Formats: sequence, C-alpha cells, structure tokens
Amino acid sequence: MTTDVNTFIGGFPFRHVPHPEADSLARVLEREGIAAAWVGHLPSAYYRDPNAGNDALFTTLAPHRGVLHPVPALRPDWPHWEQTLRELLEREAIAIRAYPPQWGMDPHASPMMELASACGTLNVPLLLTVRFEDLRQRHWMDAASDLSGAAIRAIVRADDRVRVVVTCAGRALIEEVHWGLTRQEQSRLWWDISWIWGPPEEELAHLFGTIGAQRFVFGSAWPLRLVQTPRANLELLPHDLRDAQLADVATLRDVIAQH
Amino acid sequence: MGSELAAPLAGAGPLVDVHAHFLHRACGRADWEVRNQARFRAGTRIGISVHVASMLGTFGFTSPTYFPSPPDVTLGNTEMLALQEREPARVRSYVTVNPNYATHALEEMARCAERGAVGLKLAASRRADDPLLDPIAAEAGRRGWPILHHIWQHRTREWPAQEISDGADLGRLARRHPEVTFILAHIGGGGDYRHTFAAVEDIANIYLDLSGSGVDRGMLDDAIRAVSVERLLWGSDITMETGLAKLRALAAAGVTPEGIAHIRWRNAARVFPPGALPGPRGALAADTAMAVEPR
Repeated sequence: MTTDVNTFIGGFPFRHVPHPEADSLARVLEREGIAAAWVGHLPSAYYRDPNAGNDALFTTLAPHRGVLHPVPALRPDWPHWEQTLRELLEREAIAIRAYPPQWGMDPHASPMMELASACGTLNVPLLLTVRFEDLRQRHWMDAASDLSGAAIRAIVRADDRVRVVVTCAGRALIEEVHWGLTRQEQSRLWWDISWIWGPPEEELAHLFGTIGAQRFVFGSAWPLRLVQTPRANLELLPHDLRDAQLADVATLRDVIAQH
Repeated sequence: MGSELAAPLAGAGPLVDVHAHFLHRACGRADWEVRNQARFRAGTRIGISVHVASMLGTFGFTSPTYFPSPPDVTLGNTEMLALQEREPARVRSYVTVNPNYATHALEEMARCAERGAVGLKLAASRRADDPLLDPIAAEAGRRGWPILHHIWQHRTREWPAQEISDGADLGRLARRHPEVTFILAHIGGGGDYRHTFAAVEDIANIYLDLSGSGVDRGMLDDAIRAVSVERLLWGSDITMETGLAKLRALAAAGVTPEGIAHIRWRNAARVFPPGALPGPRGALAADTAMAVEPR
C-alpha cells in the first residue's frame, strides 16, 4: 500500500497549476494505484497566518476521509500556537507542516525548536519542504531560500522524540544531513523521493545503497510536479535494488516507541 | 534472467531519445563507464530504441562544459563516434562544436559527417542569434542535420559558466535559416517554459524536446497547445526517470496513441536525415501495441 506523503491542494502564487483540487487528487491516486496521500494546503505556505488555510484543508478533504489525510500548517511564532497544535490533532491531522523560509522565520530559532519538541511530545511527524520549485525557474518575488541542511539537523536534534519528514531534497542535501547526525537522530528522519535523480547518475540507487531505502518515503509534490515521477524512479532502480522497500509511513507514529 | 528483458516500461513501439549524453575516459570521472552502462540499462528497461547523444568536450575536466576548447571538442566528438561504432544498433551521434572557433567547427562537422554523425549539438558557447552561428547553421542545413540547441527557458539575466540562449534567441536564428530544423532543448531544464512556448509557437522549423529534470504539471499540456504533438520530441537528457514519467503523463493526459507515436519517434524520424536512425522508419506498424492509461 503506497502512501504519497507530499501532495497539496490549492493554487501556487507564482504559476498556474492545473486542477489542484481534492477531487482531482483522489482520481489521480486511484488511477496511479496509490492508496492514500498526506495532503497540505499549498497557499498556506505563503499565508502570514495559515489558520484559514487549515480550515479550508479540513473542509475540502472531509469527503475523502481515509484516503486524503490532512497535514495542516502551523507557525510556531504565532500567538497561541500550542493550543492550535492540539486543536489540529483533535481534527485528525496526520502530520504538521512548517515552512520557515516562506514565513521569513529563522529555522534555527527557538520557535522551530519548540515546535519540533511539541510534535515529538504529541507523537505527530513534522513535515518540512526544501523547495517548491527549482532555483532556475523561481519567480523573482519568490525570495525564500531552500531549507538548509543546518536547519534540518537542528530541528532533528531539538528533541529526541521528534520525527521529521523532509520533502523535495536532492542527494547532496540528504547526504549532508544524514552523515551529520547520530544513528539515533538518523532513525527519526525520513526523506521523500520526489526530487532525487535516477539514471544515469543513479542518485536514488546510491542513496538506497549507502543510507538505506528505509530512510525514504514515497512522495511526488503533486500538483506542482507529475505524480508519475517517483514510481518511474523506483522502477528504474538497478536490478539488485528493485525489491528495496521504502519506509511504511503508517509506522512513523510508532517509531517513538522504539526510543 | 534479468528483468531488463521484461516488457519495456514505456510500452512497445519505437522510442527515440533525441537528447542524451555519454561520458568518456577523459571526462575526469572515474565512474564514466558505469554511468554509460546505467544509461544503456535504463534505456533498455524504458524501451529506448536509439540514443541520439553528444559528448560536450571533456564535460569541464580540461575546459568548461559549455565553452569547450577545440581540442576537447575534437576529443569528445571522436569518443562519441567511437561509441556509435561500438553500438551501431542503439547509438547515434551529434557533432558538438564551439561557434567561437568557426573554422574548427566547420572542419569538425565535415570530419564527423564522414564517420556517421546525424546532427549538430550547440551548447552555450555563443548566443543563439549571434551571426557567428550562421555559417554553422547553413552547413547543418546543407547536410540535412537538425541542430539541438541548449536552451534556458526564458533568459532574464546571465548565469555563470554559460552564454545562455532562450526561445526568443533561438527563434531569431531559426527565422534566418528556415530550411534548417532546430531542436529546442529540454523544456524541463529550468526557467519559464511558457515563455519558450510563446516565443516559438509560430516558428515551424523549431521542435521542442521534452527532456530535463523539471516535471511541472501543466508543462506538457501547454507544450502541446503551443506547438502540437507534431513538433514535440522525446528526450531524457540526464534524468531518465523524468523522461519515463513524462511519457506516462502524456497518456494520462489523454494524448492519443497516434499523438504519442509522433512524440516517441515519428517526428524524430522526420527530423533526422533519411536512414540516419536505426529502426523507426522501418517500424511504422510496431507502435500500435503501446499501452495507454485511461485518463
């Protein structure tokens, strides 16, 4: 059963995205044989206050309960964020998204560390996004930098219970972070495969061979990117890695019990 | 038995990769041969019939990738043609030239034509609309070669290590040489592809190749709207998984099997010189078995 952890509904401020609706996503998942998706609200990455986006997310996904799982966004520098976090979990958020670069937040500052710690305490994964678009095509007003390796390491180290899923990272960033963490820290961090190159450079195969497939989860970045890409990448793995198993996202909440 | 022998992931029927690269021993990479084998392995798995490829000098090892020195240009072309000779059933060669060395460029085209090159590759050594390119484009036209031109989708500023061109730049060159076919490289290679589509939609001798790591939803639909399936060519460049994903996305987007066949190989068979490709012209009936996903 494949779950796509990296999907959104809603438009993107810097270019037209065709049909970013929940109904379309549900049809795409069925067509592609993907059982479920973790779904964020894309415009919320650029809202100063994402709470209205979260309301829209829960409302829109409600008819697709069991297939489209809401991943609301939370700003830890916003008043009463701790209360908001508890309310989001009561509304069955499966994970929490945060966008420090898009919100102009220092990802190393205490609010992000406090959010990481709270997510660890409440046993909910924290989902981060390295980038939405390639630097080469970024709109001039999209001044947010990529999420840095240093920021990811700091967030993972903020609490030994926090589990972090990082999306849209490439090989260099993944290696920089992974080999800069202890084994215990590594075990609480997963990467989606939406932005890792396949053959002929075979960076996905390299990472599976060195870091292990269990550190990776299925993700596409739909509706920004084609949903077909991660599966194509897996199918093009060298023969000796063809049976590699990605991490089962259903177990992410259970990992804390092992530590 | 390896699963490479299983049905091609991209379905049955000819598939021409019009934008591929191979490495050689003087590229400064110890894994050059591994990467080449990876391209062949993945190509077999996808179902690529022929890789039309280039080697850009020494890819930066002894001169810059996009500004290769004449000796490196010659070396890269020689290695590329040697690979074609070793793999005649599945490799064809572009000649790479640096237009700043016009005499050398023309000499390379003549030398490599003798050894079986089928097209010209222009990277980013000189802006596409520069008059220095005119004799080179004219010579390609005389030989019936298409010109694959590295393109930055909407050039809004200079970028390091390249003298980038965009669709508008290439359009000016293409209008000066209406008898030459141009392949505008990798619409998924970064930048604003919608600018490209607007810039070239009415220039009939420019084809678009779909390669590049970019897999933006909407890119393929917009490309088809701009130039139709009859001016699109399939390619992978250096991310073959995105190439496979785009083929599948075409089917999912409702492009007909006939339209997909144009993109897979029919357009390529028309763009390259008669008899240049080792298969598609003789396999006109073979593509109808390609699986098409429901919309």
